[in-house]
Amino acid sequence: MATNLAQKPTASADEHVPASLESVVIRFAGDSGDGMQLTGTQFTHSTALMGTDLATFPDFPAEIRAPTGTTFGVSAYQINFGARRVLTAGDQPDVLVAMNPAALMTNLDALKTGGTLVVDTGSFNDRTLAKAGYTSNPLEDGTVAPYQVIRLDISRMTMESVKEFGLSNKEAMRCKNMWTLGLMLWMYGRQRQSVVDWLRGKFAKSQQLADANIAAVNAGHAFGETAELAGDLSHFTVGRADVAPGVYRTITGAESLALGLVAGGKLAGLDIMFGSYPITPASTLLHQLARLKEHGVVTFQAEDEIAAICSAIGASFAGSLGVTSSSGPGIALKGEAMGLAITTELPLVIVNSQRGGPSTGLPTKTEQSDLYQAIYGRNGDAPLPVIASSTPGDCFEVAIEAVRIAVKYMTPVILLTDGYLANAAEPWPVPDFDGLEPFPVQFETNAENFSPFTRDPKTLARNWAIPGNPGTEHRIGGIEKDFVTGNISYAADNHQLMTDTRWNKILGIADDIPLQEITQGDAAGDLVVVGWGSTFGPIYRAVEQSRAKGLKVSQIHVRYMWPLPKNLGELLKGFGKVLVPEMNKGQFATVLRDNYLVDAVRLNQVNGQPFKVSHLNQVIAETVG
Amino acid sequence: MNELSPQKLTAKDYATDQEVRWCPGCGDYAILKSVQKTLADLEADPANTVFVSGIGCSSRFPYYMATYGFHTIHGRAPAFATGIKLANPRLDVWMVTGDGDGLSIGGNHLLHVLRRNVDIQILLFNNEIYGLTKGQYSPTSRPGTRSPSSPGGSIERNLNPCNFALAAGARFVARTVDTDQKHMPDILKRAHGHRGASFVEIYQNCIVFNDAVFADFTDKKAAPERQLRAEHGHRLVFGANSEKGLRLNRDKVAIEIVTIGENGITEDDILVHDETDALLAQMLVTLDGPGAPVVVGVIYCNPVETYDGGVARQVEKAKAAKPNADMKELLFAGSTWTVG
Ligand SMILES: Cc1ncc(C[n+]2csc(CCOP(=O)(O)OP(=O)(O)O)c2C)c(N)n1
Ligand code: SF4
Ligand SMILES: [Mg+2]
Repeated sequence: MATNLAQKPTASADEHVPASLESVVIRFAGDSGDGMQLTGTQFTHSTALMGTDLATFPDFPAEIRAPTGTTFGVSAYQINFGARRVLTAGDQPDVLVAMNPAALMTNLDALKTGGTLVVDTGSFNDRTLAKAGYTSNPLEDGTVAPYQVIRLDISRMTMESVKEFGLSNKEAMRCKNMWTLGLMLWMYGRQRQSVVDWLRGKFAKSQQLADANIAAVNAGHAFGETAELAGDLSHFTVGRADVAPGVYRTITGAESLALGLVAGGKLAGLDIMFGSYPITPASTLLHQLARLKEHGVVTFQAEDEIAAICSAIGASFAGSLGVTSSSGPGIALKGEAMGLAITTELPLVIVNSQRGGPSTGLPTKTEQSDLYQAIYGRNGDAPLPVIASSTPGDCFEVAIEAVRIAVKYMTPVILLTDGYLANAAEPWPVPDFDGLEPFPVQFETNAENFSPFTRDPKTLARNWAIPGNPGTEHRIGGIEKDFVTGNISYAADNHQLMTDTRWNKILGIADDIPLQEITQGDAAGDLVVVGWGSTFGPIYRAVEQSRAKGLKVSQIHVRYMWPLPKNLGELLKGFGKVLVPEMNKGQFATVLRDNYLVDAVRLNQVNGQPFKVSHLNQVIAETVG
Repeated sequence: MNELSPQKLTAKDYATDQEVRWCPGCGDYAILKSVQKTLADLEADPANTVFVSGIGCSSRFPYYMATYGFHTIHGRAPAFATGIKLANPRLDVWMVTGDGDGLSIGGNHLLHVLRRNVDIQILLFNNEIYGLTKGQYSPTSRPGTRSPSSPGGSIERNLNPCNFALAAGARFVARTVDTDQKHMPDILKRAHGHRGASFVEIYQNCIVFNDAVFADFTDKKAAPERQLRAEHGHRLVFGANSEKGLRLNRDKVAIEIVTIGENGITEDDILVHDETDALLAQMLVTLDGPGAPVVVGVIYCNPVETYDGGVARQVEKAKAAKPNADMKELLFAGSTWTVG
């Protein structure tokens, strides 16, 4: 389905002139069983189709089916959308939709004072209040006094709206989220068609369920339109963001990463063998790629993460591009095999969708605490390139870059993303694939004087001869190899030479990556805020606001974590102070201090949430002094 | 004009120039020779052949084969082999592992490569000891094995590799002996001919750390009385004059050892080997007790679709359904909108 916004009449046909807003943050919160993630993604989709810029933050519990009504079973989805460029999911919601007491209990604190609270009163009774930990009803005891509260018996109105379809009580209650979605679509002048299309597809097997859910959406929408609560339910519109012309789609980090890997494979002229073992939040990538067999992608759900990476290395040995993916605990298991890929000098892409650690940690919450593990975490002197993506859309480019470096330098590459990027959505200008530079792999086929460790003098990459080719039969393995012949060698000098060579090969990649740019601001000033990964949005916004206040602050956002861009140290020298906000205990700050002897100031947060712009603003102001 | 008769390939054609570094007298030498001879007999294309191994004395094997070879990490060879087959199903992949490599650290991977039925040959060199790390007991060491890590004798019960393979769902299970230069190539050829994961346990003597553990049935003199060579369609007999055999005790659903001509036993009482019978296979590999022989040969062979074959089938199907699948289409999939 393609929509052309330029030719489209105004989305809303309502008579009254809606209040226009620059941007709005809405958080949908309810029980895991209430379908809040679906409500959120459908609202997002509809919003994106209208050309509004947006960023989202899905936040769900680790338990698959936590007991109904409990606070730890609350699932939330936050969207920030607006007429200006939106870079974060928003610090504080302007609107909170709470589907039950537990959702209110866990989310009310986040709501802006004076913000709008939409609450399903039908879900409030003695039992559910007690389950959420309330001793008195917050809707009556003054708890919600600081907010504009819209009390609606959504449960009853949903039941009413789907009565004619003869659903069971349980099925009917499941439509609550669609009723709520309908209401919110009305409030913000979003169109309903994409939701209707999606419901028809989702319930293709049951006309009854499709009709009921659509009726619920329409009923919620109609309620907004006709309610006599005009004072409460004022209709807001959010305009279109001023974005560059082009064709857009919404995309999550996991989706764009999958597309980037496939594109990288095509640009290299290689099939992809993706070995993985399920783990949150990395599994999404496995699911995405498993559906792309017609694009030369084979996925292998291995018995564990070790088998996953080993199968990928085996595939690379045989001439495919091996790719493996996991999160921290699984990446830890892959360490020994990474060493083998490093010493046998085989291309490999290792994706780490970081999450809270250590051990199982916070599986569904985001963190960037695996940087040490990525750069340093192997036995022996085992260097490999590390690159990090910073937005959902950026995952596409970074994935292609990972493939390019892996095949050009015959090395494993670690690609760092995180749980937030994997699940968050943003509008994405669809790239022009034909405009991308191919980097076709040339396998070594010449049998004359063949040695598997003959190197390209410039890149130091060894050649790549694959089974099936006569005359280039060779044996490789983890034991140290002779620099010339590639045969086993225990010679001391040779080990020194090989270690140095592997090291220099990786460091040499710095000559082949773009110089670091100042992401925002001037090349000199009082402070530079250095970030990497998914903190891009909040840092950008904070630096922008600080600059507007007149502070001499700039931003540097790094993609190439190892080796670092050649000019990074020089750039840092242009500033009085260096501030490094990270969702960990200061890992990149350590790397910067180690490499450049700079007095990097750490700003660390590991509460499973993205940085708040307001918090960053405050720290920036304090640091500038 | 003289017509050049093609030279018959020999074991030497598959040997590398690398110095073989096993201890003198190690059973691995004999296995290497048998494998090289097998490839020569099969006229295997070295360019299309890959030897993959884990870590251990046995896992040094690929360095000595003039084919493609990958000496990987401890226990994980099955996963590498799987990846190789998924990348290029046409390759002929042989995996070499040890009792420690395949059944301790790599037990899980071995289980899954067998269960998935990846089309490779798996040679497990069982010397009932960790050779490379200087002689600690292994999962196949018999209880009471004295070793540096079990000076008072090991107190663990030992694992039966073929029984493990059968339980894992292997569709080809065979056994042979390192020094049996006639038997082994035959078994290896059968393994090679089988489509799917072929599991071959090879009793291998570690002369340094576990010498003669198998001597009671591998010694030339003892072999006829103590080894039973199973062959499909033939009676399960052994002994110097094939006078002993296996009979099914129907009351106990167990196998008993009988002598033809004694107690009215005739040849007709002896079980006929059916290599497609999983229950029989299990009884043969676990045969135990007084007078019980060690069963060697192809014990189970019952092919089903291979994993790599199934994957290739799904890929073909997907490609046939979308013959023009290209990147652009993929990028523009779903709902898009145009700005400007
Ligand atoms: C991760 C790891 N752990 C331990 C070792 C040490 N190690 C090497 S081989 C081996 C045991 C080998 O036994 P087996 O597989 O029976 O091979 P054999 O030497 O007897 O042929 C051990 C424990 C290792 N190389 N890697
Ligand atoms: S230690 Fe044993 S298995 Fe290893 S090479 Fe020596 S004899 Fe062979
Ligand atoms: Mg052993």
